[in-house]
Amino acid sequence: MVNENLVKDVVKEPYKYGFVTDIETEKIEKGLNEDIIKLISQKKEEPRFLLDFRLKAFKKWQKMKEPDWAALGYKKIDYQDIIYYSAPKQKEKISSLDEVDPKLLETFDKLGIPLTEQKKLTNVAVDAVFDSVSIATTFREELAEHGVIFCSISEAVKNHADLIEKYLGTVVPTSDNYFAALNSAVFSDGSFVYIPKGVTCPMDLSSYFRINSGDSGQFERTLIIAEESSSVSYLEGCTAPMFDTNTLHAAVVELIALDDASIKYSTVQNWYAGDEEGVGGIFNFVTKRGKCLGKRSKISWSQVETGSAITWKYPSCLLLGEESVGEFYSVALTNNLQQADTGTKMIHIGPKTKSTIVSKGISAGNSKNSYRGLVKMGTKATGSRNYSQCDSMLIGDQASANTFPYIKSQQPNSEIEHEASTCRISEDQLFYLQSRGIEFEEAVSMMVSGFCRDVFNQLPMEFAAEADKLLALKLEGSVG
Amino acid sequence: MQSKMKESDPILEVENLSASTDNLPILKGVSLTVYPGEIHAIMGRNGCGKSTLSKIIAGHPSYTITNGEIKFLGENINSLEPEERSQSGIFLGFQYPIEIPGVSNLEFLRVSTNARRKFLNKEELDTFDFEELVKEKLEIVKMDQAFLSRSVNQGFSGGEKKRNEILQMALLEPKIAILDETDSGLDIDALRIVASGIKRISNAQTGIILITHYQRLLDEIEPNYVHVMSDGQIIKTGESDLALELEKKGYEWTDNFIKET
Repeated sequence: MVNENLVKDVVKEPYKYGFVTDIETEKIEKGLNEDIIKLISQKKEEPRFLLDFRLKAFKKWQKMKEPDWAALGYKKIDYQDIIYYSAPKQKEKISSLDEVDPKLLETFDKLGIPLTEQKKLTNVAVDAVFDSVSIATTFREELAEHGVIFCSISEAVKNHADLIEKYLGTVVPTSDNYFAALNSAVFSDGSFVYIPKGVTCPMDLSSYFRINSGDSGQFERTLIIAEESSSVSYLEGCTAPMFDTNTLHAAVVELIALDDASIKYSTVQNWYAGDEEGVGGIFNFVTKRGKCLGKRSKISWSQVETGSAITWKYPSCLLLGEESVGEFYSVALTNNLQQADTGTKMIHIGPKTKSTIVSKGISAGNSKNSYRGLVKMGTKATGSRNYSQCDSMLIGDQASANTFPYIKSQQPNSEIEHEASTCRISEDQLFYLQSRGIEFEEAVSMMVSGFCRDVFNQLPMEFAAEADKLLALKLEGSVG
Repeated sequence: MQSKMKESDPILEVENLSASTDNLPILKGVSLTVYPGEIHAIMGRNGCGKSTLSKIIAGHPSYTITNGEIKFLGENINSLEPEERSQSGIFLGFQYPIEIPGVSNLEFLRVSTNARRKFLNKEELDTFDFEELVKEKLEIVKMDQAFLSRSVNQGFSGGEKKRNEILQMALLEPKIAILDETDSGLDIDALRIVASGIKRISNAQTGIILITHYQRLLDEIEPNYVHVMSDGQIIKTGESDLALELEKKGYEWTDNFIKET
């Protein structure tokens, strides 16, 4: 047995994003009903079709039941006790960053996402979302020169209503699941990306989601469309302050890839996870799905999930186009009393489609970490292939890990391969590293990043370094 | 010759050491002193406690010292962490070097080497400088650079694992190296490479303890002393000819010593 106390020290997690920005906000009253939805839509000056979309979703949601099949245990959510719209007060129309409240800019500065012209990151365009609204999007003009649209979804509703009307809800229908229906009814902001035909997006695009208020939920909605022969790499980061209450985050992300297009979507999720006793933390119920509509299209999800008290998330691919490719690379780290039920669905519909799943779950403390995945071969998916690899690593002897792989094949001429393993960081491995002068904590962190190597290799360069640091931080007792 | 060596201070002093694991006594009063430039061989049957002795000197957390002490360069190290022992110059070459999937051998060797260098107040090496150093050391154990890009010991043959151990010894330049059955599982060519590596790394300031079952390693590296262990004790100490005698007569011969004592 690895020395329990040492392990406990090592996995103690400091959270450096737990501050609250003191800013005047405009909040609507708590609760959810048709009037609230109309109010949100009105505040956002939305066209009629979108209000109808919301109301339809709300009707469906009222008839649905909160799912209970996940290996998660949590206090029942009171949906009437949540504020569905919260925005920092600022001028009606902002024409430049100079008019953004300096407190907001400061907040993003502190999070390592500087937005101002002088300081902004040079190699990546950022859309910064604060509670229910998008604050700023950098590099818009530069991207526009290439025909790339990158803006908040609220702006897209105003300026590109045709694209929104055509694609919104086509990948994740309003009635898809309980949380997707809720999001469809009340979503506030999020990012919109459109890559025109033949364009390789000249830089990485990224959205940074920040929850600031403790009593309002965040319901962001992201839509990415990659036209024929285009490609884009999109990054997403999230943090929240430390509150002793739970905040609901229910997002929907829809990706659409046409012929020969490719979308790479990477997430580093670091929402506040609650304290050592499991008090507070974000409830993260997210529906992410990509549709490989075109021939030879490709959608690749990579995620590093380290935060949230509860994670319920299955980024999936619908492989319709012939020879389309779906990928899912995941690292999920849980500690203390965190619970994660995460995985993917690879739905092979078209012929000669291919999917790869690599999932690495790390459970420490008293946490619970489950992989749940579905691989389905439809009747027309002849010559299709899937490869899945699900590995779990346990740290200490109080944590648990589960794997729930579901396989459905209606096509005999297809291949599904599944490998799974569970390991524990062994005392002998730690002793080996220590006996070479490597400190205990560093030894654990080396082994954890080693375990995640296959997934980190899939992340964009800077993200991989950040993910590595984040895991080390989460597993380091002496810092903070 | 012998007496001249002893003019300097000992590197390692194991004094009447008893230790147990899960309340089971394994070592029952072992004493052993190693001076600079000396090579000691410890022989004995499986389960006699010789591997345990090496692990305890390196600080393995599974064992509890119940009596006696271990002194390194005159200081009691009973309560030092394994990494502190390594940084200060104690090296254990493992009998079964463990595989560590995903951790690159190069990075592992660099972090390890830098931990020791830091202790010695030497400048820590970046990846480029380290690669220069490691290339030089690879030659000692006739290892190919391809080893560096693999995960630590993963998929290595028995011989490759042992050579990787000697490579680590070459990089860490320890004051004392305890090599636990470094010869086991090696063919004759690999044994020669490993033995010549050990000889190149050691010098008049370092001490070596070879734990082995067989004479063949001792044919390559002649020890100054041979100790025979049985049931957690050193039951006989002699010079290199003791190993030869043991090879001839077998361990049954040593059983008589226990009866005598």
